[in-house]
Amino acid sequence: MTPNPAIILENASVKYRSPEESYWSFKEFAINLVRNKVKMKDFWALKKVSLVVEEGETFGIIGRNGAGKSTLLKLVARVLAPTEGRVVTFGNVSPMLELGAGFHAELTGRENIFLNGTLLGHPVREIKQHLPEILDFAQINGYIDAPVRTYSSGMVARLGFAVATSWVPEILILDEILAVGDEEFRAKCYHRIAEFQRNGTTTLIVSHDMNTIMKQCRRAVWLEHGTVQSEGPAVDVINAYHNSSNNN
Amino acid sequence: MENTGIRRTRIVYDSSHRGPLALEEFRGVIRYRELIGQLIKRDIISRYKRSVLGVAWTMLNPLGTMLILTLVFSNLFHSVAGYPIYILSGLIGWNFFAQTSSAALNQNVWGGSLLHRIYVPRTAFTLSSLGTGIVNFLLSLVPLVLIMLIIQYPLKVSFLFVPIALLILAIFSLGLGLLFSTIAIYFPDIVEMYGVALTAWMYITPIIYPEAIITGPLKLFLFTLNPMYYFIRLIRLPIYDGIVPPFSTIGIALAISLVTFIVGWCVFTRKANDLTYRT
Repeated sequence: MTPNPAIILENASVKYRSPEESYWSFKEFAINLVRNKVKMKDFWALKKVSLVVEEGETFGIIGRNGAGKSTLLKLVARVLAPTEGRVVTFGNVSPMLELGAGFHAELTGRENIFLNGTLLGHPVREIKQHLPEILDFAQINGYIDAPVRTYSSGMVARLGFAVATSWVPEILILDEILAVGDEEFRAKCYHRIAEFQRNGTTTLIVSHDMNTIMKQCRRAVWLEHGTVQSEGPAVDVINAYHNSSNNN
Repeated sequence: MENTGIRRTRIVYDSSHRGPLALEEFRGVIRYRELIGQLIKRDIISRYKRSVLGVAWTMLNPLGTMLILTLVFSNLFHSVAGYPIYILSGLIGWNFFAQTSSAALNQNVWGGSLLHRIYVPRTAFTLSSLGTGIVNFLLSLVPLVLIMLIIQYPLKVSFLFVPIALLILAIFSLGLGLLFSTIAIYFPDIVEMYGVALTAWMYITPIIYPEAIITGPLKLFLFTLNPMYYFIRLIRLPIYDGIVPPFSTIGIALAISLVTFIVGWCVFTRKANDLTYRT
């Protein structure tokens, strides 16, 4: 059986732009706009990136800060549309928020489950069905009806992860999230991710931790200044990345 | 785990095959309608939790302003019968407009940063602040009716027209907010400028003074060319004057709000991508 693609990037490029100088008055801005003199500074965060990630695969993305890793994830998560090229995804994408990013401090844990669940696009009816399971995983116990501002960072992380992974996604995005939490919680997260993978979820992992990539991913890509430096089996890509760091 | 089986939805997203952005956004809003409901609920709950009087402040706030304005101006404008009702009916309309349009403009609200991380229809946060504004408006009708009963001001059936007037104004506020927040992408100072402009705008609109004191050519600028003049009339006529607004007023107001909304929505959805492109 030939595997189906889950994510396809075809020469995808993303250009960020901002005015070169800030105009201190609207009049000046308008005059320059009419004269077509507003200079924009262009910055290509991704340049002609082509990738195919297969269904059920766990795929790693490595590179230095500012290499375009997050931009690539944004393309897959539909947050950005490519300036040029094409992005196709098959199936629902569950982005992993920086844990706690979608929480409101004044609301209780329970209220936040509903807020967070709807942010991820789930209907309230389904969230109600998933509630016991979310509570069980998060282990907030007696504090679930207390405001989230009283939670420890570990509790916030657990609750965030529990909501985000209560639905089995077809494409899962993990952006450095497993760096927080204690050992036990991390083990639980990996267990759940492994469960997803057995069920056929395609996973994209961004991490600076090469052990994570090595352990989790079969294939990986190394990005540098928005372009693909190397793509292939995770071991080879990591070796190439290490060699280049050593030479610098 | 409860349901281990993966649901193959086969939702295909292809960045090169997208419909018109204005329509895409509309579909997104329908799909995320429950999120908008949750956001409104959150706004109201967190407001209620923060202060002792909670929701009561929503009602007390315009009441306090009305009281001050009545004390200050009732001597000046004593020709106006039922001056407290005159002010209050204009003020709740104005407050709704000022709050919702500046909330739409101010992308710095809670959740704004989420737009950089996950896909959510970009207008979802704006729409939720509009929803909160509508709830606040309806709450502020409670003290208004109470005052009317206390000072024995006639409460007419025309009052039932107020929700329709509110809806027309809400569409205008949304359109204007979206239009300005698109401009704010390129020129952030407009957020500050808008705050100042709002104050000026409030004074040229007959909210605290009677329409009759403006005469001559000034009338053209302050009333005829001022969209808010029509919207405030739309709310004030059924409350203060006790009549359903004439068709001409409804027609003009509806036309202004629909045109503003369509322009604002299309411009915003076309340019909203630039919002995330800016780092």
